[in-house]
Amino acid sequence: MKNRPNKNTLPGFNLSLGYAILYLSLIVIIPLSATFLKAFTLNWADFWQAVASPRVVASYKLTFGASFIGALINVVFGLLTAWVLTRYHFFGKKFVDAFVDFPFALPTAVAGIALSAIYSTHGWIGSRLEPLGIHVAYTPLGVVVALTFIGLPFVVRTVQPVLEDLSAEVEEAAASLGANRWQVFYKIILPAIWPALITGFALAFARAIGEYGSVIFIAGNMPMVSEITPLIIITKLEQYDYAGATAVAAVMLVISFILLFAINGFQWWSNRRLGNNR
Amino acid sequence: MKKTLLSIVLVAAVLNFAAVTLASAKEVTLLNVSYDPTRELYVDYNAAFSKYWQTKTGDTVKVNQSHGGSGKQARAVIDGLQADVATLALAYDVDQLYEKGKLIPKDWQKRLGHNSSPYTSTIVFLVRKGNPKNIKDWNDIIKPGVSVITPNPKTSGGARWNYLAAWAYALKQNNNDEAKAKEFVGKLYKNVPVLDSGARGSTTTFVERGIGDVLLAWENEAFLAQKELGAGKVEIIVPSLSILAEPPVTVVDKFAKKHGNEVVAKAYLEYLYSDEGQDIIGKNYYRPTSEAASKKYESQFPKLNLVKIDEVFGGWTKAQNTHFADGGTFDQIYQK
Repeated sequence: MKNRPNKNTLPGFNLSLGYAILYLSLIVIIPLSATFLKAFTLNWADFWQAVASPRVVASYKLTFGASFIGALINVVFGLLTAWVLTRYHFFGKKFVDAFVDFPFALPTAVAGIALSAIYSTHGWIGSRLEPLGIHVAYTPLGVVVALTFIGLPFVVRTVQPVLEDLSAEVEEAAASLGANRWQVFYKIILPAIWPALITGFALAFARAIGEYGSVIFIAGNMPMVSEITPLIIITKLEQYDYAGATAVAAVMLVISFILLFAINGFQWWSNRRLGNNR
Repeated sequence: MKKTLLSIVLVAAVLNFAAVTLASAKEVTLLNVSYDPTRELYVDYNAAFSKYWQTKTGDTVKVNQSHGGSGKQARAVIDGLQADVATLALAYDVDQLYEKGKLIPKDWQKRLGHNSSPYTSTIVFLVRKGNPKNIKDWNDIIKPGVSVITPNPKTSGGARWNYLAAWAYALKQNNNDEAKAKEFVGKLYKNVPVLDSGARGSTTTFVERGIGDVLLAWENEAFLAQKELGAGKVEIIVPSLSILAEPPVTVVDKFAKKHGNEVVAKAYLEYLYSDEGQDIIGKNYYRPTSEAASKKYESQFPKLNLVKIDEVFGGWTKAQNTHFADGGTFDQIYQK
């Protein structure tokens, strides 16, 4: 590569970089900076009042906590699903494969209505959980369920291609050298799929933080308990408090950015540790 | 082939042009931006108005409807949705069209009769068939063990009426003691397991999901729910006191002027006060304001003590700031 610096597939580094930056500016950077500009029309005391009142802080905890738990659940079960889909052949596999994408395609409001119908105390699953003392719909647990639902495809779809590329011979070789199943998984498979797994986690997590449509139907929206931050933003808009709404939005943006940045950092660090640095 | 096609298009265009110039009648399109539960009302009313306007002027009017939460709809108009008329749930939202958008004059509410409210409504209770929890009045629904469904007053106009109705009842019971009223409403909201974001959402939660013992609802929603959604499953209970909800209407001057629709937009709202308009209002379970129609639909609407927001709360702006703004009484209930 070093002695042929101009042999890129797309011609003109400057031109393509220019387009990339213009595109990013129009789609992402300009709208987001408008959010910050609007938020900064507030003075410091009002800004703090808007973003740090107990009710808003409770909503941050719920939004980020439930998103994190949802994404973790998806890592475990998404990996399992991806494994089943790549390693086994069974009747109806193509259907199962297609089902994975459902949460992508479904309008989130439909998901919310369906989930709250099933998990409410008179619903099909909710009525069975009720005697056990487990309430899902209209509690924070319902938020986790909704966020797990919408995040499922991300982990499956990022891990699946990597698993497909991973040849079974490597595992057989490891086994023939005396590795047990756990060692094969831990030393051979996991390092290979680790970056994809973390990418899937980050995508599911990020998607969950911004989710509104499906959650409001199942959350119950009780202040201090089951109110997510996007609802707080809508609430503020409903009072014509544009500046307050954008202030909370700006705080969410900053927290999300820091978290995603940290996840990327963690991915980079763990890749090096697992000796997978290409 | 190409030539014939071209000539066909040309002939069609000429004919079309001739047709337009020959017919002196205009075709007018109005946009009415409204709130959630008026769907059925305006479907009926728009048909009646088109007919009336055509016989009167020869012009045909097509009215497009937009429905949603009252606050959201007002915001859409402020942000540029070019509504000719706005028919919202509360005066506070219409006030914002002046405050934030300067789309209407400050004294908009004086322009039409009855404070620009051609119809009124109130808040009633919807309970399960047979009223198993024996709910008769507001003090029954703050009892422990009664589950109450009402939307979030922060996001729903209807929910604000519910909240203020409860507050007004408590004031009356306790000689206008505001602290007692707050305690009363606090107890009421302790009994609320779900705060949906809008009135229709709450109706769904109560009727379809089967959650709660009592739903606080718009009178017209309650009738609708009783008739269509849960026939034989729910019944209406009328409390001893409730609030007189006056959903106001206004021409959005700036956009009507831009579209050249000022005259027809004004007529559209004025016709709501006519005999036919009032009759359609009564048929759709809103309370008519004209004497004749009020009398006609008297038996449909239960009699109860209705208090006005101006008298008890000093108007919407004040009520909004005291109760629903950030840090208001509603927030205080949840932040102890």
